[in-house]
Amino acid sequence: MSKTYINTNDQFHFSFSTKAEKTIENILSKYPPQRKISAVMPLLDLAQREAGGWLPISALEAVADKVGLAYMRVLEIASFYTMYNLSPVGKWHLQICGTTPCWLKGSDDILNAIFDTLQIKPNETSKTGDFTLTPVECLGACVNAPILQVNDDFYEDLDYESTKKLLESLLKNKPLKFGSSIGRKSEPETGTTVLLKVKGKKNAG
Amino acid sequence: MIKLTVDEKEIEVEEGCTVLQACEIAGAEVPRFCYHDRLSIAGNCRMCLVEVKPGPPKPQASCALPASNGQIISTNSKMVKDARKGVMEFLLINHPLDCPICDQGGECDLQDQAMSFGASKTRYIENKRAVEEKSMGPLIKTNMTRCIHCTRCVRFSTEVAGVNDLGALGRGENMEITTYLEKSIESELSACVIDLCPVGALTSKPYAFNARPWELTHIETIDVMDGVGSNIRVDTRGNQVLRVLPRLNEEVNEEWISDKTRYAIDGLKNQRLDRPYIRNKHGALEPSDWDTAFNKIKDGLSKVPTNKVASLVGDLVDVESVFSLKLLLNKLGVENLDCRIDGAEIGQDGRSGYIFNSGISGIENADALLIIGSNPRIEAPVLNARIRKRYLKGNFPIGIIGPKSNLTYPYQYLGSNSLDIEKLKNKSNSFHKILLKAENPMIIVGMGALVNDFGSIVLNFLRELSEFFGVVQKGWNGFNVLQTAAGRTGALDIGFTPSKKGLNAKTIFSEGEKGNLSFVWLLGVDSKDVLKLKKPFVVYQGHHGDVGAHIADVILPGAAYTEKSATYVNTEGRPQLARQATYPPGEAKEDWKIIRAFSEYINNKLPFDDLDGLRNKLYEDFPHLSFIDEIKKPRWSKFGTKGKLKSFELNSTINNFYMTCSISRSSETMAMCVDQLNRKKLVAE
Repeated sequence: MSKTYINTNDQFHFSFSTKAEKTIENILSKYPPQRKISAVMPLLDLAQREAGGWLPISALEAVADKVGLAYMRVLEIASFYTMYNLSPVGKWHLQICGTTPCWLKGSDDILNAIFDTLQIKPNETSKTGDFTLTPVECLGACVNAPILQVNDDFYEDLDYESTKKLLESLLKNKPLKFGSSIGRKSEPETGTTVLLKVKGKKNAG
Repeated sequence: MIKLTVDEKEIEVEEGCTVLQACEIAGAEVPRFCYHDRLSIAGNCRMCLVEVKPGPPKPQASCALPASNGQIISTNSKMVKDARKGVMEFLLINHPLDCPICDQGGECDLQDQAMSFGASKTRYIENKRAVEEKSMGPLIKTNMTRCIHCTRCVRFSTEVAGVNDLGALGRGENMEITTYLEKSIESELSACVIDLCPVGALTSKPYAFNARPWELTHIETIDVMDGVGSNIRVDTRGNQVLRVLPRLNEEVNEEWISDKTRYAIDGLKNQRLDRPYIRNKHGALEPSDWDTAFNKIKDGLSKVPTNKVASLVGDLVDVESVFSLKLLLNKLGVENLDCRIDGAEIGQDGRSGYIFNSGISGIENADALLIIGSNPRIEAPVLNARIRKRYLKGNFPIGIIGPKSNLTYPYQYLGSNSLDIEKLKNKSNSFHKILLKAENPMIIVGMGALVNDFGSIVLNFLRELSEFFGVVQKGWNGFNVLQTAAGRTGALDIGFTPSKKGLNAKTIFSEGEKGNLSFVWLLGVDSKDVLKLKKPFVVYQGHHGDVGAHIADVILPGAAYTEKSATYVNTEGRPQLARQATYPPGEAKEDWKIIRAFSEYINNKLPFDDLDGLRNKLYEDFPHLSFIDEIKKPRWSKFGTKGKLKSFELNSTINNFYMTCSISRSSETMAMCVDQLNRKKLVAE
């Protein structure tokens, strides 16, 4: 895992949009008033979406003020979870899983494809500023390893060629459909091997 | 009660105990880093592993495991020893092992425990991680590579100090302890994290590379930087005070001390008066000797009638010196004497009217608190930590009439005007019901409410209010005056106040300014008002060349609090013994000795020859002072003057926490703290 880099530049002024304010009300209503601080996670996520994929200090402070937490506590939370970015990322945030199953299934090929297409290595942003590559730990989709997460979507069963295709589609701003690149569900590549007899029945498996 | 067995020894412990506490009660040593009695339990260092049956067949962290009936605990089985060795190995993976250049060396928990419980060598050849140093202000030196992430500092600043400045950023191997955006910790207790840090990650900046712990002599004494009288340990080498550490006293300061207590000591080296001085014809002070100085005072004193003689004692003066001076002045028939140099109208009728009656630990028994004319955070940080401790237990409404300040707990703001005190009597007042309903209500009165022309009337009003709300009842006295000066309570106990015909401090200053006084003896008085005394002949007896020395005609060099064996009475009325740690510089002497010597010089010898004789006489006249460390609870009596409450603003008497006395004003470290604070204010503006 890479070290958290916190962008402390205070030239980014963040405030929630009026639309977001309504969402915040909705989020806060899910928590008891005295447990309002629990809403810090969804609010940080919301702020990150509003601020363009990352959380400037001013956004952290805006969230802290909303839930009544100390700034330091919010910074601790935001730096603990990898889903929050504390420095700017590109329009397409590529998160490559390098944990054992993905690595065994060829996550290195994906890295190579990214480097060949965009000339970026892990923890780098492309010169155009459109792509940021972040290595992450297990994304929880080992069944269709290897995985590349692009913003909110998982692209599964990638290899060198399919990664290139995906990146080219992103470059054209017309991303491919997410999911398995070879069109399988969560089953072995060779098809289902167990529970064949109960196939088709309800409540099977 | 819970019965359990620790290392084949059967013991009984109270319900709610942890296994670690049970082991301690049984006398078994359990190593630990993150666990601390006064902080919440984190359970993240894993050093306190013990074997517990019945339970899972693995070692368990004893600090976070509740003790329960029938547990069989072993703290020295093979499993436990191996587990500790393993934990220690993990802790040392990324620890730099730079003990020879680390200030914690010799008093380091990690060093000691690695010796006792660790393996003899490392199996790691990989590179260690390195962490950048953090900026935490002028007091705390950081070396975060050494940090083992016990999070004691984070828990201390959040829980005890009440500031959310420290935190742990990142996770796993990349976790780093730091302050929010690398600002300094905004707390008056911040340097306590240095004591808490079990390794050398947070060390003392002013003390950096000064000494090794085994070179130091430890003297247990009392602090004089505020009215609390924190128990401290002064570490010296040669004749130099190198550092101050807190000493455990559950009743007073628990185990915390303020940054001023800890770091003002470098002021003991600067601006010292090390020999007598006399003002010459040209108006300049020139060095002299004791005989000449005494002669000059004798001359000055002989020509004037006693009603033109006055004497004041300052904030840092010990009981013995005040007592000696009072005896001398009584012999001379001087009636214009006062210790309340800030003009506070307290102390002339009844001891219960000027002490912290409930005691500092009494705060924990209160269930409602009203603070009047005080900012306890800067007037007595350690006491403020106690209020916060009580607040954290819950159900503790706090109301404030006085300065609106950033305290470390939420409060109901009831106004800043003296008339707001009167409004409390209205049933419609929001705090009226709270005080009435509370079983043990408490009022803390700061000097801010008493240092003005109506102080005595306010005091009377508050006494009546206390009686009305049951602040004073059988078995409970919650009427508390928060003294800001270490020597004040003692001086009031001695009765260093004007007689009925005598002038009080305020009038001494104003009459002195007009030229109606001829002779003023100042014992450690360094308030700004002293500058008014330009006309009379002024003797300044004290230890620092501060305000008082500037206008003096004769200077008698005295001893500072670390240089004498003396009694100080804290704001609770608790007499405590300060012990001598170093010798006064140059020709300076203990203050009582100077007064005793001068009394002989003018053929009015005081009736004692040594400290024991002085104390015997003192205890004879004031028996309650002989009960060291005990509070003799005074009877509730009438105090204050009847009158109509006038309107005035209540402010704290202290504006600048870091500089309140001649010692802290001479301290370079305190100056750096002020500088830091000012810079922060500039940024904020």
